[in-house]
Amino acid sequence: MQKLITWIDDRFPLIKVWEEHMAKYYAPRNFNIWYFFGSLALLVLVIQIVTGIFLTMHYKPDVNMAFASVEYIMRDVPWGWLMRYLHSTGASMFFVIVYLHMFRGMLYGSYREPRELVWLIGMLIYVALMAEAFMGYLLPWGNMSYWGAQVIISLFGAIPVVGDALTEWIRGDFVVGDATLTRFFSFHVIMVPLMLAGLVYVHIVALHKVGSNNPDGIEIKQNKGPDGIPVDGIPFHPYYTVKDIFGTVVFLFLFFLIVFYAPEFGGWFLEKDNFTPANILQTPPDIVPLWYFTPFYSVLRAVTWEWLPLGAKLWGVIAMGMSIGFFFLLPWLDRSPVKSIRYRGWMYKTALTLFVVSFVVMGYLGTKNPTNVDLLWFSNRTWSQIGLFVYFAFFILMPIYTTLDKTKPVPERVR
Amino acid sequence: MADDRVDHKRRRFLTGVTSGVGLVGGVVAVVPFVASMSPSARARAAGAPVEADFSKLNPGQMMTVEWRGKPVWIVNRTPSMLADLAGLDSKLADANSEVEDQQPEYAQNPTRSIRPEILVLVGICTHLGCSPSEKFQVGPDSGIETDWKGGFFCPCHGSKFDLAGRVYKGVPAPTNLVVPPHSFLSDTAILIGVGPEEQGAA
Repeated sequence: MQKLITWIDDRFPLIKVWEEHMAKYYAPRNFNIWYFFGSLALLVLVIQIVTGIFLTMHYKPDVNMAFASVEYIMRDVPWGWLMRYLHSTGASMFFVIVYLHMFRGMLYGSYREPRELVWLIGMLIYVALMAEAFMGYLLPWGNMSYWGAQVIISLFGAIPVVGDALTEWIRGDFVVGDATLTRFFSFHVIMVPLMLAGLVYVHIVALHKVGSNNPDGIEIKQNKGPDGIPVDGIPFHPYYTVKDIFGTVVFLFLFFLIVFYAPEFGGWFLEKDNFTPANILQTPPDIVPLWYFTPFYSVLRAVTWEWLPLGAKLWGVIAMGMSIGFFFLLPWLDRSPVKSIRYRGWMYKTALTLFVVSFVVMGYLGTKNPTNVDLLWFSNRTWSQIGLFVYFAFFILMPIYTTLDKTKPVPERVR
Repeated sequence: MADDRVDHKRRRFLTGVTSGVGLVGGVVAVVPFVASMSPSARARAAGAPVEADFSKLNPGQMMTVEWRGKPVWIVNRTPSMLADLAGLDSKLADANSEVEDQQPEYAQNPTRSIRPEILVLVGICTHLGCSPSEKFQVGPDSGIETDWKGGFFCPCHGSKFDLAGRVYKGVPAPTNLVVPPHSFLSDTAILIGVGPEEQGAA
């Protein structure tokens, strides 16, 4: 065995890579529960790729066969139902994990210098993931697949001058049709997964160059022992590999509870309108995206101010783009002298709380008819507009309140 | 020839020019890939004008044909239906069809049609793309409102349109239903997708 390893190591930097990224990669010793979600995201990516490969063996990307082939997978393919439910549950859980992973970054200032690139690459992963989910959602060719794609693609039609030509180019037809289905299939199974794999690799390379942040937001590399090892660092392997295996077991327990007992999750993971085939002449009563897009769908629908130049529809699309784009700017909007929420003052804590509330409330309202009243007093649209205001204020005012905020002194060593 | 010094200026220039040409080539190579995603010849053919024979369409009736994958309605309006149109102006958001993209110029008139009685509409709600249903019955029997004059009702979000496809005030749909380009081939045949002036040119 030793001889084999030596043979390989003479030709490939096996031990060097192992030590650099595992056995001698020193991570802060104070990681908490929030630090599970990076490795879990990787786990779900693997689940999606593996189940996706097997679903592709039986799925037919053709408007006349797509819906039936999914039902065929569910009923006739041995264990096909499991592959499909793993894939559909995995999609939703991917977003659960990624949202928690991003929130961790906001809690502990993980996007701050020197980790701006780690954050930006992570945001690209998030955007690629949204594209992947949107295109994958068309593939079963259910009625919500069809009309959801119809509505979202026609959003690009709001762009002046090139809008209509652009939507035709995206669809490859004058309406969502076979051309759209086959190209979404191609992007969903080849292009975006390749991009995701590349981006995840770069995300980890960039992270291991600068080292992980921690709940105290202290740079452990500034405090090294005589051996050159950070005194507050512990090798990733075996300490955090064991921790992550524990996280994996807990996660898979919850994951399979959903897969086996509630794969539709009450209509949140698989919508009931999607159990009927696409019908060009019959729209579902309410066109609602899956839960992970609903905060942005709320932003889109909240902008109804017709007095804006160029019309409200275009500004809705712009506002939706901005609500995602702001995240890219976080490293430069945050001017606080400290990174972690532990040492920040009341202003940032209040702002972050309000932001989370607005995000969750808009996510809920995105599933509801805008003219109804599902919360107190006001219509859903009015609440979305309030949510939009809070959401944008969190980012736009960040340079001001993070400068004014009174921070606590940061200790030398992690707790 | 024996001069072995490197002319850096020349080398930089050649590197720059080579890279520039390579870049242009790279951009040009993208063109076929991008263009291959446009609607194919078959899709364009399917998007071609559609001919419809409405000789069997009695006054007060409606028929649906498919054009570019969308439902297109042809309605043969009765004189009483046409008479009711004029009295609705105060209830409508765009009674005079002033939003330009919603109809060709030749249909920008009180009946939104070429011949007063023949109405041609794309049957897709301008709100979120549902297909409204026909509600030609007048009055309380329509189940919509007591002084309903006949028109279209969208079950999704309750948008209402009159018998010229004009949108009522206070409903989610922002604009009138679209009148597609169309022209008459004869007294009983209509061509959807091509306007009268283009047909003359072709």
